[in-house]
Amino acid sequence: MDFEPTIIAFVCNWCTYTAADLAGTSRLIYPANIRLIRVMCTGMVDPKYVIKAFLEGADAVLVSGCHPGDCHYINGNYKARRRIKLLKEILPQFGFEPERLKLTWIGASDGIRFADTITEMVSEIRALGPSQVRGKMVL
Amino acid sequence: MATTAKINVKHQDFLASLQAFFKSVLQQNDIGALLVPQHLPMKDVVMPTIVTDPEALDAADPLAPTFPLNAATLLSRLTRKPLETTIAAVLRPCEIRAFIELVKLKQGRTENLIIIGTDCLGAYPNNDYARVVEKEGSETTRKFYQNVLSGKNPPLEGFQVARACQACEHPVPEGADIVIELFGVDTEHEMFLEARTPAGEKLLAALNLPSAKEPDQRKKAIQTVVNERITYRDQMFDETRKRTETIEKLTRYLAGCVNCYNCRVACPVCYCRECVFVTDVFDHEPSQYLRWADRKKSIKLPTDTIFYHLTRLSHISTACVGCGQCTNACPNNIPVMELFRMVAHKTQQAFDYEPGRSLEEPPPLSVFKETEFPDLTGETEQLNH
Ligand code: SF4
Ligand code: SF4
Ligand code: FES
Repeated sequence: MDFEPTIIAFVCNWCTYTAADLAGTSRLIYPANIRLIRVMCTGMVDPKYVIKAFLEGADAVLVSGCHPGDCHYINGNYKARRRIKLLKEILPQFGFEPERLKLTWIGASDGIRFADTITEMVSEIRALGPSQVRGKMVL
Repeated sequence: MATTAKINVKHQDFLASLQAFFKSVLQQNDIGALLVPQHLPMKDVVMPTIVTDPEALDAADPLAPTFPLNAATLLSRLTRKPLETTIAAVLRPCEIRAFIELVKLKQGRTENLIIIGTDCLGAYPNNDYARVVEKEGSETTRKFYQNVLSGKNPPLEGFQVARACQACEHPVPEGADIVIELFGVDTEHEMFLEARTPAGEKLLAALNLPSAKEPDQRKKAIQTVVNERITYRDQMFDETRKRTETIEKLTRYLAGCVNCYNCRVACPVCYCRECVFVTDVFDHEPSQYLRWADRKKSIKLPTDTIFYHLTRLSHISTACVGCGQCTNACPNNIPVMELFRMVAHKTQQAFDYEPGRSLEEPPPLSVFKETEFPDLTGETEQLNH
């Protein structure tokens, strides 16, 4: 059976979520492997949200928000970038490949970019294979 | 420049000279209290005490090889609000570094505070210290520092200091106003005090101590200790890495953990007033447990063990000072410090941050730069287009 990854995406309300909406209304096609979680700003994504997603078996996690300078809460995306940097230092020490965690900036008008990013990420994770956590008792 | 003062040790009793020094500090008009570890009268346990009477320092012993808790947390409580007097606090290097982290988080103040740091020779895990004292009795402290300083290993027959101490590359107190020097010092005959700040200079001047030159062999002695500890530390990292490099291995490593959260209570830099893991966020619905079990065939209780440790690693590893109190506090012998230090080494390097190094350096997760880590979002690529 072919492996279909599950990707959890934390997207900010003002930019990437709007882009996802636009991708939908523009009838762009992208793989259905992504589970969007809308947050007000990437600056509210505590590392523990990402950790929880991985421990529950997510094959990858995407955090995506406004471009630098465009965050509706001024600097939430800069704070998010530090937290992703932090997680990229921690998670690989326990065997999570760095590619499984991604940070992107996708603006509200970037529906095409959103669809492309998801498509690309799904094929990358499909090639990488399932997360080590799948089906294991990790609590 | 740092000024060094010298006190001649009488009757080869370093500890008595140290106590006399503390007494003279507490006799200063502007110093109202001393925070210092003392042997308790009811039992030979050494705990931090607050002393206001200069005559009540006979049991003071900051060199006892025991470290039941990290006093940074206590000092944070003591300095939470301004006091009318100055407190002098006698601390180990890792307590000072943890306190500096707490000050940056607005959980402590350096106003009206003099920090007296001791060179640190290490300490035994709590359980071992009780057994060491059983064996060595009232000679424990003296034998311990003499043996460590003369290079005996293990310092006392049959007992090794905590792994945290063996792996600690910060044996000299940074951030202290006054340093009580031990490395490279002939403790049978002399004691050296080094003032590192204007407040420290002022206190030493008020005490009218003759100034002296730092012992020649000190720098070399410190370098030797630091090198040994770094070697030990790096071996510890390698071993720990092998035991935790996948989630499956990490689960095995933490298998005995019962989520008592003692490790975070003991941790001086776990700064939240209320930890999310004890809030109702983790009062899961009863049916939730069954759903988890359904999905994975069975689940271990208590749940959220790995989640707890990974979260704590992400929240405080940049501030971890490696004091080892987490391991010391664990009722189930889980090597928590080893895990935290291994991860902290990486996260601190990533932000070029060293906890306790300077009050001026903000905690890395509290700040950002507008352009940094461009490779995270592939911006380097875009810029080149
Ligand atoms: S995590 Fe452990 S070693 Fe690090 S500061 Fe906290 S108690 Fe000390
Ligand atoms: S002290 Fe030990 S048993 Fe308790 S939560 Fe920490 S690691 Fe687990
Ligand atoms: S509102 Fe979009 S990242 Fe802050």
